[in-house]
Amino acid sequence: MSQITGSEAVIKSLVAEGVHTIFGYPGGAIMPIYDALYDYSDKVTHILVRHEQGAIHAAQGFARTSETCGVCFATSGPGATNLITGLADAMIDSTPVVCITGQVASHLLGTDAFQETDVIGISMPVTKWNVQVKRAQDIPAALAKAFFIARSGRPGPVLVDITKDAQFGMMDFNYEACKDIRSYFPNPVMDPTKIDDAAVLLNTAKKPYILIGQGITLANAEQELLEFVEKSGIPVASTLLGLGAFPPNHPQYVGYLGMHGNYAPNILTNEADVILAVGMRFDDRVTGDVSRYAKQAKIIHIDIDFAELNKIVTNEVSIHADAKEALALLTTKVERRTHESWIQEFRDAEKLEVEAVIEDAIHPKHDRLQMAEVVNMLSEKTDGQAIVVTDVGQHQMITSRYYQYKAQNTNITSGGLGTMGFALPAAIGAKLGNPSKTVVAIIGDGGFQMTIQELGTILQFKIDIKILILNNNFLGMVRQWQELFFEKRYSFTDIVNPNFTQIAKGYDIEALKIDQRTELSEALDTMLSSQAAYLLEVVVEQEENVFPMVATGASVSEIRLN
Amino acid sequence: MENNTYNISVFTENSVGMLNRITIIFTRRNINIESITASESEIEGIHRYTIVVNEPKETVRKVISQIEKQIDVVKAFYHSDDEVVYQEIALYKLPTKALASGGDAERIVRAHHARILTIESEFTILEKTGYPDEIKELFTELKPFGLLEFVRSGRVAISKPMKTLEEHLEDMNNEKIIL
Ligand SMILES: Cc1ncc(C[n+]2csc(CCOP(=O)(O)OP(=O)(O)O)c2C)c(N)n1
Ligand SMILES: [Mg+2]
Repeated sequence: MSQITGSEAVIKSLVAEGVHTIFGYPGGAIMPIYDALYDYSDKVTHILVRHEQGAIHAAQGFARTSETCGVCFATSGPGATNLITGLADAMIDSTPVVCITGQVASHLLGTDAFQETDVIGISMPVTKWNVQVKRAQDIPAALAKAFFIARSGRPGPVLVDITKDAQFGMMDFNYEACKDIRSYFPNPVMDPTKIDDAAVLLNTAKKPYILIGQGITLANAEQELLEFVEKSGIPVASTLLGLGAFPPNHPQYVGYLGMHGNYAPNILTNEADVILAVGMRFDDRVTGDVSRYAKQAKIIHIDIDFAELNKIVTNEVSIHADAKEALALLTTKVERRTHESWIQEFRDAEKLEVEAVIEDAIHPKHDRLQMAEVVNMLSEKTDGQAIVVTDVGQHQMITSRYYQYKAQNTNITSGGLGTMGFALPAAIGAKLGNPSKTVVAIIGDGGFQMTIQELGTILQFKIDIKILILNNNFLGMVRQWQELFFEKRYSFTDIVNPNFTQIAKGYDIEALKIDQRTELSEALDTMLSSQAAYLLEVVVEQEENVFPMVATGASVSEIRLN
Repeated sequence: MENNTYNISVFTENSVGMLNRITIIFTRRNINIESITASESEIEGIHRYTIVVNEPKETVRKVISQIEKQIDVVKAFYHSDDEVVYQEIALYKLPTKALASGGDAERIVRAHHARILTIESEFTILEKTGYPDEIKELFTELKPFGLLEFVRSGRVAISKPMKTLEEHLEDMNNEKIIL
């Protein structure tokens, strides 16, 4: 067999892994790889983003909606450092992404050469694994390992840094997918006696309660969860990233957990006697003050990541396992029961929230449009089936509260890191992974301007996403905290915005701005039925607050309705 | 929660950057590393780190699971002082003149079971292995002789339980599911 360059080996390895979409941005140190890519345009599509942060968020959106790995390319130095925010985001939200960065030639490493940064060092805390490759012949094995690590166990981002001489070097290509690494144990062997212990607790519980997280989605365990829930009769609540993993209209679904979640699931956390947590990690946004969190409950925790067990709360039973496998076995061990009066407690508490918050939010008496009524109407018009990508802030919390995610892999948001600027590029990635689905990016006026340059990517690649800007002319979430906890001292949260619709038009994107309730329904219809990218700016109430709220340092049982 | 001395042993692949990946986990939690040493282990290609920290047991347990989560870490253990045998080594550099002048030097060297590594006309180097307080004691006694230089290694420790790393690995591999 004739030899090929390391660069061509990169592309051939990606093809061997089934990659057909790459998000990237070229530069000096990765030019040989881009040159090799030129000959493979029939097999792989390269999306030229406008900033490397856009590349990685797009790769994340792609990965999270298509259950595959996202891939991005960046050059050395500034190209690589621009990936860092996205790596941190993918790390904390367990998203499989493979980043390939170019690096200066190996003889220049460590010499402060032009565009040299220690990307391995910088990315170490925010990658599941990273490696530098300095010889062409090591490229396929490094990439095979990268894909295996990114996808397996608890998924995460990996970075492969390839020196320029390795890209130019010649090698014999032979690709073997990686199936095992001796020091890595991604598939835990479940201890069935733990499942028995869990079943005993659940079968004798008076007020058992299930908390689900993204682990359900990542394990593809939606069906197993549904069967378990229906047999056991136990009420279910979800974290932010768990939304979409369980039907929101199911009679046993009791709502969304956490700081701006629903009233009932938060307040009744401190009433449950047994809690079964599956694929969630007791983030502080979910627990509030952890010293006053579910102290009365015996906790059963199922997670694929051993380090999550007993990390925040102390478990009665820890089950180190894949959620799909664990739930399937647990279903066979639990008794068929109902918990009507316990679920009724949730419904009673829910009434308080409907009266105090929800009714007013979706059928407001205020003059100005409220974020919640916009999201609620969008949810109805799309029947909860759209892929909804949100940015970070009030609009994000409102969306997670009022959009009914009825389909799997449709709730895409930056949960753990809370990265403003995530939504626009992530929506681009989501659309490319799901060309036939409606993708709506709900973004605040502040966050939109953090990655606004990606409108150029939409223009160039004709990406049909719907951009819904909820414009309150404020860095709203921070303003809310200033109002509630800093005596309304609005320190640098009022933001002067550009003319968004005109900007969209500059990118050939059709756009409309509305500020009246009477215009809302038609505007949403126009947006949803347009055959190309569309930007709808909805001017909403400036000083709307998101409630309920568990304030920092408060217990979940101190959740405020106003 | 009460702080205690824990001896953490980490066995890893011999890959570049491993030390960094491990220490990041301590830095993130603002844990001070009292001492750290690295060397080969009894298994070819596997490196071993001995890390000493003074922390509550709960914290150490959590750190261990986060260390084990690193792809290239094979296994990590933690042991309290009474579960390990440990040693440190120290070197002391003294002016030869000072040592030769009085009769006390010989007594000190003998009493502390120190070894003389080299005697040059200008300086002499002594070596002492033992517990940190023994090393410190010798240091105090040698100080009046005009100690020129002093260096102490980090701790090396071996646990008392008999199960070998190889056996641990075997158990883990028997349980390994390869899809
Ligand atoms: C990159 C980044 N910088 C700062 C923040 C802090 N932050 C969280 S929400 C928020 C306000 C967001 O404003 P906007 O995008 O207009 O959304 P709104 O809350 O008004 O809906 C800010 C500044 C963040 N999450 N991410
Ligand atoms: Mg805003």
